[in-house]
Amino acid sequence: MKIISIIKQVPDAEARIRATASGIDLEGVTFVIDGMDEYGVEQSLRLRETGLDAELISIALGPKRFEEAIRTSLAMGSDRAIHIETDEALDPITQAKVLANIIKEEGAELVFVGGKEADWDSAALGPAVAEALGWPHSDWTTKLVVSGSSLSVTHDSDEGSETLTLPLPAVVTTQQGLNEPRYPTLPNIMKAKRKELKKLALSDVGSPSGKTQLLRQEIQTKSRLNKVLTGDAAEAAKELARLLHEEAKVI
Amino acid sequence: MILVIAEHSNGSLKKSALELLSAAKGLSDKLGGDVVAAVLGNDVSAVATELAKYTAKVIAVEDAALADVRAEPYTSVVTTLAKNLDAKAVLVSASKSGLSYSARVAMRLDCPLLEDVTSLDVEGTQVIATRFSYLARVTETIKALALPVVISIKPNIFPVVEASASGTVEDKAAGLAATDERVKVGEKAAAKTGRVALDEADIIVTGGRGVGSSEGFAKLVEPLADVLSAGVGATRAVVDAGWRPYSEQVGQTGKTVAPGVYIALGVSGAVQHLSGMNRSKLIVAINKDADAPIFKVADYGIVGDVNDVVPALKEAVSSL
Repeated sequence: MKIISIIKQVPDAEARIRATASGIDLEGVTFVIDGMDEYGVEQSLRLRETGLDAELISIALGPKRFEEAIRTSLAMGSDRAIHIETDEALDPITQAKVLANIIKEEGAELVFVGGKEADWDSAALGPAVAEALGWPHSDWTTKLVVSGSSLSVTHDSDEGSETLTLPLPAVVTTQQGLNEPRYPTLPNIMKAKRKELKKLALSDVGSPSGKTQLLRQEIQTKSRLNKVLTGDAAEAAKELARLLHEEAKVI
Repeated sequence: MILVIAEHSNGSLKKSALELLSAAKGLSDKLGGDVVAAVLGNDVSAVATELAKYTAKVIAVEDAALADVRAEPYTSVVTTLAKNLDAKAVLVSASKSGLSYSARVAMRLDCPLLEDVTSLDVEGTQVIATRFSYLARVTETIKALALPVVISIKPNIFPVVEASASGTVEDKAAGLAATDERVKVGEKAAAKTGRVALDEADIIVTGGRGVGSSEGFAKLVEPLADVLSAGVGATRAVVDAGWRPYSEQVGQTGKTVAPGVYIALGVSGAVQHLSGMNRSKLIVAINKDADAPIFKVADYGIVGDVNDVVPALKEAVSSL
């Protein structure tokens, strides 16, 4: 079975992001593989380690710098990777179409996608890829077992959590709780440098045009009152209650 | 026309449904056409009647396969409604399930998706939305380049509509295909706490590692939440430690909330947590570490031990 993990490279969560008139300035920011995507890479490794005969492929759609995140997935243990290189920030629906074509060509049966992207705060890619392929999907997945030609999963729903069974091929969006992703070891980082990384241009996959246009990006830090009380706990608590009631008028 | 998919749970409308209706009204004023609201489910006649108090046209789609919110049957029904009614916009709540099936609907309609939006506007015939990105640190403005457009609306941001209409309810068949039902739902574990849901709460009281234990939540966080009729939240560290369920987690990997008041007890304020609550209208922090990053985003704060301050705050609030 071929298993594909779709990965992104995003700013480190602790990175300081600046805004300029033309949008977000990512100069000098540390980038990492999206933590949500790591759960998928890890899960594919665990499936193989527990006896599933599988080839593990990482796919990424994004600018040249994504290579680093791709190498991280290879160092974790994926076998090979495909990078569709573009500087265009295509919307998730358009991205999903491009990725679905490659997944079809590869003949994969299971696709992992991070549940929510840490740059666009988007949860659309996984379900959109599934729809483009005509496959079922499980979102916000916290547990996964492959049995024959079907998947048994536990995922988070609006009301709590529930178990699902779905036939393969399928798309699974991953999140915290599914597993604890491993750190690449130094020998594996060295090995990853020799693994196949196939490069494609957006023109190789039909030069799709996006469905949305980004107009502006702003950092709106709400100015806060920063009224901090110290001293006797009971007195401070009483004063806080008064401020919330009389000044802020929220309780 | 503007199609609204109204969410409901246990026989009653969710607050998000009334927020979607106000967003839809704003769009229909500028794009033209009327608003049609649909409820999908197994037994929705009562919810449909309730919804008709708020809007003129309601469509009820009943089918046993819609009892659970599964992406594929919902996608089929919503796509069919959008096509048959020639919808210019399809509005869905940006709940977990809404985010999931709205992406499929946009793909099936081959149209733009505006996801998790916080405001809407129209320029000519193009819909413009704001939404958060980069872990809610950035507000971006995006334009959908075509109609129709699928829009998921972030809960607890748009105003709710008031009951004023006496609308009509029309029943429609779901017309599902066999493949729509290939995902089977097994056991369900409801995270029922009897409290207001985090994405509907006006006030949220969140406990962090500083609360100390699950007993600390019972002793400090819950009683304060009780007197404020607030929802209860937790940080990732607390959920990882098993003190509270994942459904209460606020932050990058949990829920993103923007209540009127967010009260953080023993929360240090890691970036992952801030990204889930930094859009709250008013933030209150209580922490014994005066240098905790949470104080930088707080409107009001107390430097002190939660074990001393919180019971006193509960008393003070009760006696207001």
